[in-house]
Amino acid sequence: MDGRFLARRNAQPARLADVPLLQESAFRAAVLDAVQTDGCHIASLFGRETDGAIELIAVVASDEASELGLIRTRLTGDSFASLTADCPQAQLFEREIAEQFGVTPEGHPWLKPVRFHAPWREPQPGGTHTPGVTDFFRVEGDEVHEVAVGPVHAGVIEPGHFRFQCHGEQVFHLEIALGYQHRGIEAAIAGGPSKRTVHMMESAAGDTTIGHTLAYAQALEALGGAKPPARAHAIRGIALELERLANHVGDLGALAGDVAFLPTASFCGRIRGDYLNLSAELCGSRFGRGLVRPGGVTFDIEPTRISALQERLDTATRDAKEAVALLWETPTVMERFEATGVVDSDACEEIGLVGVAARACGRAIDVRHDFPFGIYRFVHLPVMTAHHGDVNSRAFVRWLELQRSAEFVALQLRTLPATPVRVECGAPAADSIVVSMTEGWRGEVCHVAITGRDGAFTRYKITDPSFHNWFGLALALRGGQISDFPLCNKSFNLSYCGHDL
Amino acid sequence: MLKILLARAHQGHRTMRYPDGPAPAMPVHFRGTPRIDTSRCPDGCRECAEACPTDAIAFTEGKPVVDLGRCIFCPECERACPEGAISYSSDYRLSVTSRSDLHVSPGEELRLAAALDAKMMSLFGRSLKLRVVSAGDCNACASDVNVLGTIGWDLGRFGIQYVASPRHADGIVVLGPVTENMRLALRKTYDAVPEPKLVIAIGACAISGGIYAESPEQHGGAQSVVPVDLFIAGCPPQPLTILDGLLRLLGRIEKGR
Repeated sequence: MDGRFLARRNAQPARLADVPLLQESAFRAAVLDAVQTDGCHIASLFGRETDGAIELIAVVASDEASELGLIRTRLTGDSFASLTADCPQAQLFEREIAEQFGVTPEGHPWLKPVRFHAPWREPQPGGTHTPGVTDFFRVEGDEVHEVAVGPVHAGVIEPGHFRFQCHGEQVFHLEIALGYQHRGIEAAIAGGPSKRTVHMMESAAGDTTIGHTLAYAQALEALGGAKPPARAHAIRGIALELERLANHVGDLGALAGDVAFLPTASFCGRIRGDYLNLSAELCGSRFGRGLVRPGGVTFDIEPTRISALQERLDTATRDAKEAVALLWETPTVMERFEATGVVDSDACEEIGLVGVAARACGRAIDVRHDFPFGIYRFVHLPVMTAHHGDVNSRAFVRWLELQRSAEFVALQLRTLPATPVRVECGAPAADSIVVSMTEGWRGEVCHVAITGRDGAFTRYKITDPSFHNWFGLALALRGGQISDFPLCNKSFNLSYCGHDL
Repeated sequence: MLKILLARAHQGHRTMRYPDGPAPAMPVHFRGTPRIDTSRCPDGCRECAEACPTDAIAFTEGKPVVDLGRCIFCPECERACPEGAISYSSDYRLSVTSRSDLHVSPGEELRLAAALDAKMMSLFGRSLKLRVVSAGDCNACASDVNVLGTIGWDLGRFGIQYVASPRHADGIVVLGPVTENMRLALRKTYDAVPEPKLVIAIGACAISGGIYAESPEQHGGAQSVVPVDLFIAGCPPQPLTILDGLLRLLGRIEKGR
């Protein structure tokens, strides 16, 4: 990233006017240079309407320099030159811009709806928005067949539509069409913050309540000039890691279930609940609802309760380690995990995977480490990686991370700073922009807040890690067996609603 | 193999004794049915109603009436009340048969769900197969519906099971506010379930649209598309709340409990 961008640290606000406004071709060149030459990844790329024109804003993240680069351009017509052919990780962002604002990324190789909704802009161009109705990629041939799955799935799972192009058991190609969970969150938040906003953050992806609400709280604190007390940072960290523990343990159990290894599946299903119940001890809700608010947290951990929490954490973690360790010693499990659903490291970088899926390809990126926020500025967690990009690597990264997270929570419980847990958070500054990121259990959660003259949000962009990673699942299936789909899917365990918003 | 057996011995038998034994304890800050002590309400005070993100509190004749179908059990009203008149109880029982039963006036007890009638009970009382349709839920309701299948809760011991096809089902569970994009799929799933059938709406979104009730991308809950037989309130409801609702429907919980 170079001087063409405005460089900011995580959750460091800026005046919107200070974000460089370039000609479209220069904007495009700058983003391409940052990604191709400087090793940045696109953290967010989105549109907004201003004075009747469409402005594109890119946020590129330099993991090495811990800097976020902001840049923008204003479209002169109803189209712009697509980045996707040269920079595949832009593909879904550009499709989203096209869908939301009715503009065309010229030369986009895969221009299809993302969430199947009408454009936000008036007057709205014609066309239907029936979910799952689009021109799916098809492989032709006498022995090729297509398998369509969803939107309603066989288990207790969110809806999505999957199209497999198969030759016998072998999958040539998988295309994933989402949008069924679209609740219109971004549109609803514009004009806020209102009394509803924080609750929408808590349920943007309900299994990542802390990850998203923390990103939101950091953004508002940056815009409102509030500095949460040290104890609030520690409690937020505990909550974020408990969320990770619950989900990682649950995923490892579910992976075991998908290869019919029932001991670990049964044990982990219960232990996941133990971690969720620890989150409930913090704030009454197993999902961390009501805990994180701008300015700090709303519940303290009374000193009298710490030793009991500590004990429950230790017991759960001991049980989890015993349950998960069985996986690595069981040949039938390893035979199914290893070399299944491979995403190679080049593809990982090219399509911009984040979080567990990226670290399983050997890419050492982690917002807690690269763009430290809150407690992670003072307490560092090592970045856990594996190197084969397969189901086994994605499972193994979770196994490593759950141990680090448990150690972290134990340490924080022992060393809670003696401060209040919340300060007043002022109204957001006017005409400003802030990028706020956290490392949710799936990966990078990125929120961008832009305020207008009155301090209200003129645009609030949410990027769930799933938005980056769904394409990774599609690639993981290529050349694999269709019967491996449940296993691959669970090894990513992506959010439908976090993608659909 | 030996390690698996040792782990099995160590992890032990973990299915809870409820409903024959006591219900699992709720955490300290658990937010069950809200209670309002109206004797402490200052004249004309509307702080709680104004703070409520889902407009679940309405005043009729100066008295606050809570719509538990909208309530997301957040701490906002409790914190906004200048007199500390609102508090959440540890009462996890939040299931009703009729939508209007979720409107609770101060001092009034929630009319908990009734058991199925004799004919339905003879069909489903000992075997109830459910198809779960997530229609815009945030995966919190789905997670706590799913958790009932794990060994701690073991839904199977009541003859209740989630099934992989509506053709195998006796009813559907609806989660989420029913997004525009799931409306048709929900309707088709319902139509594919053989008669007679049940519909269970779980969570504030599926009952009223919840926090998303104002969004044009959704339809305000399951009732917009299908008739609902059981409403289980919460955001998300505790697994115990969901289990309590299912067991009441099947007449497995004695009256007065």
